[in-house]
Amino acid sequence: MQFARFPGITLALVAAIAMIGCGKKEEPKPQAAAPAPAAAPAAPAPKPEVTVKLGHVAPMTGPQAHLGKDNENGAKLAVEELNAQGIEIGGAKVKFELMGEDDQADPKQGTIVAQKLVDAKVNGVIGHLNSGTTIPASKLYSDAGIPQISGSATNPKYTLQGFKTAFRVMANDVQQGKVLGEFATKQGVKTVAVIDDRTAYGQGLADEFQKAATAAGLKVVANEYTNDKATDFKAILTKIKSKKPDMVFYGGMDAQGGPLAKQMKELGLKAKFLGGDGVCTPEFMKLGGPATEGHYCSLPGVPLEKLAKGPAFQEKFKAKFNADIQLYAPYVYDAVMVMADAMKRANSVDSAKFLPEVGKTAYDGVTAKIEFDEKGDLKGGAISIYQYKEGKLSYVETLGGGGVTEAVKDAAQATGEAAKAVAGAAADAAKDATKAAAGAVKEAAEATKAAVEKK
Amino acid sequence: MDTFLQQIINGLVQGAIYALVALGYTMVYGIMGLINFAHGEVVMLGTLIAITSITFLIKAGIAVPLAALIGISLSVLACMALGWSLERIAYRPLRHAPRLTPLITAIGMSIVLQNLAMMIWGRNYMIFPPLIEKTQFEVAGASFTNVQVIIVTVAALAMGGLLWLVYRTRLGMAMRATAQNPAVAGLMGVNANRVIASAFVIGSALGAVAGVMVGSYYEIAHYQMGFMLGLKAFTAAVLGGIGNLAGAMAGGVLLGLIEALGAGYIGDLTGGFLGSHYQDIFAFIVLIFVLMFRPSGLFGEKTGDRA
Repeated sequence: MQFARFPGITLALVAAIAMIGCGKKEEPKPQAAAPAPAAAPAAPAPKPEVTVKLGHVAPMTGPQAHLGKDNENGAKLAVEELNAQGIEIGGAKVKFELMGEDDQADPKQGTIVAQKLVDAKVNGVIGHLNSGTTIPASKLYSDAGIPQISGSATNPKYTLQGFKTAFRVMANDVQQGKVLGEFATKQGVKTVAVIDDRTAYGQGLADEFQKAATAAGLKVVANEYTNDKATDFKAILTKIKSKKPDMVFYGGMDAQGGPLAKQMKELGLKAKFLGGDGVCTPEFMKLGGPATEGHYCSLPGVPLEKLAKGPAFQEKFKAKFNADIQLYAPYVYDAVMVMADAMKRANSVDSAKFLPEVGKTAYDGVTAKIEFDEKGDLKGGAISIYQYKEGKLSYVETLGGGGVTEAVKDAAQATGEAAKAVAGAAADAAKDATKAAAGAVKEAAEATKAAVEKK
Repeated sequence: MDTFLQQIINGLVQGAIYALVALGYTMVYGIMGLINFAHGEVVMLGTLIAITSITFLIKAGIAVPLAALIGISLSVLACMALGWSLERIAYRPLRHAPRLTPLITAIGMSIVLQNLAMMIWGRNYMIFPPLIEKTQFEVAGASFTNVQVIIVTVAALAMGGLLWLVYRTRLGMAMRATAQNPAVAGLMGVNANRVIASAFVIGSALGAVAGVMVGSYYEIAHYQMGFMLGLKAFTAAVLGGIGNLAGAMAGGVLLGLIEALGAGYIGDLTGGFLGSHYQDIFAFIVLIFVLMFRPSGLFGEKTGDRA
């Protein structure tokens, strides 16, 4: 046995030496090549390249896997665009690399993959998708000093823990619950039944809704619970039916919300259905079928169609993945862009160095003009209400507490104009740069030819 | 009263599905003492195969009832083949291994099948095509649909058929003999391999039927739907006395009723102290009590240690 082991080790050693040898051999090449184009001073010297590892965490398996995939697609799109831009930070060409992890929407698994990312020394983390996994994981990132931007964790607790590393690019559930409560009152509803899925997101949103609804004078006639893996809601809906509420509020995700709306209809429960961002998806309507017609849901932010960069983003996404945006993809896309933007401004990819810049973000994203408050929450987050109509989400109104609504609309317009201007400028700049680069390449090629001929 | 009746209906339908799946667990356990944890995945594959084939046939212009018939038969046949190959590939080579080994293999097969389904059908939820026009009935304030009636009827027929097979046919006699003592049954000329394989095939066929029922009841399907369903059905089988056919049926229906009534009334009974999120816990508490006072389940016979 001892003998048998030796050849293996020897082989490995030989391979290692060979690799070192190769490395050494390759090194002088650029130096040897460098004097050749001396005749053409415009030739680009080879730049050092740094790889920036961005962790991305979402449930890639389990009942919410479709949303996880959607998030990852958003992040992938952003990373590919960044790499295509060929950004330079701190004098080095930056290559972004996405490390996708699966937390199964499970808080326990969330901390396990978070530790994995910390050990892998990622430069930043995008995610997680669920509040329930984001909150426990944020402690690990905070301890390691890794900036974290979630595109979808809306539970207020996430940014209330006092972590300097925790940010989100979406309005939180306090804002959303409040708007939903106000909206329910405006619908002339008197009594409401509240169901939640006992996750940090579902429960948090339901609690905030209930607070706002009670404050507005609504009567909560039933509190029922389910879980984020359930398919049968008939038992709790039967109980709710006996209390005859005017409205059923659901705090949870689309995979349960859709069948829940369907089973409401089957049981002859004629209450209105209202839910948060988790059910504001095409998937909800697919799963609920005609039973979703006329019901309402809310989404943080302003509808994509109404935003300057929204329709373009939709097209890009569709062309790239041949799939419709489910829910949070544009937010995750923005989260990646905000992270890269902070690195550019800090002129460093070192977490400790660019972290302070994340807080100072003022970035025109797809979903909003992104600025953070001192907690890491999105400033002035508006909430839009939608109605399910003929298999489509039709926009009803944007609420955001008083003047914010108008301000957001103005801001959206301003953003649109600014974006156009920026795009124009960028296009011109890009053209010039391309020309210059093309010229340089030509010169370099000629120089090389000359060098070869000399030899 | 109408609420109570409605909860009974909810529980009965859910219970009929549990019972049909539980039979697959109990048949295999009764004959070879193995808990086939991959059975839930067989049910899931039954649903997904039915969805794919029925949707395809309807799109090809075949009338819905015919498409449903072909699709369901296809899914049943595919699941029978799957059950047979599971036994042949994963369990037969381990027939004489320690008991823990096939159990771990079963869990492994469950994970393999789940991931296979994820790779084939993707992560998104799938819609089960409506096979019949849904009509709603209302009796004494409780509403139910014809789909629910069909589910309970089909489940009852399938269970009746299984009882006939086990107690009135030669194959059934061979099964019962193998369950009692495989060695002696072998000496009497019973081909144990064939009996065990047929238990897997029949159990999987019932699983496919249950899968189609689950699919048409909730109208959605997902590659992970088999896991929780399998766990619940396994609980039902233990509740009734695992290895006992009548026990699995009773256990399934009972579990469905406990869940519905538990979710419906636990909040009021405890004055809001426990809510409907204790629905699953309620079912498991009942299971623990049954096992404490009747370790072999409600209908289970005392079994001696099998060497």
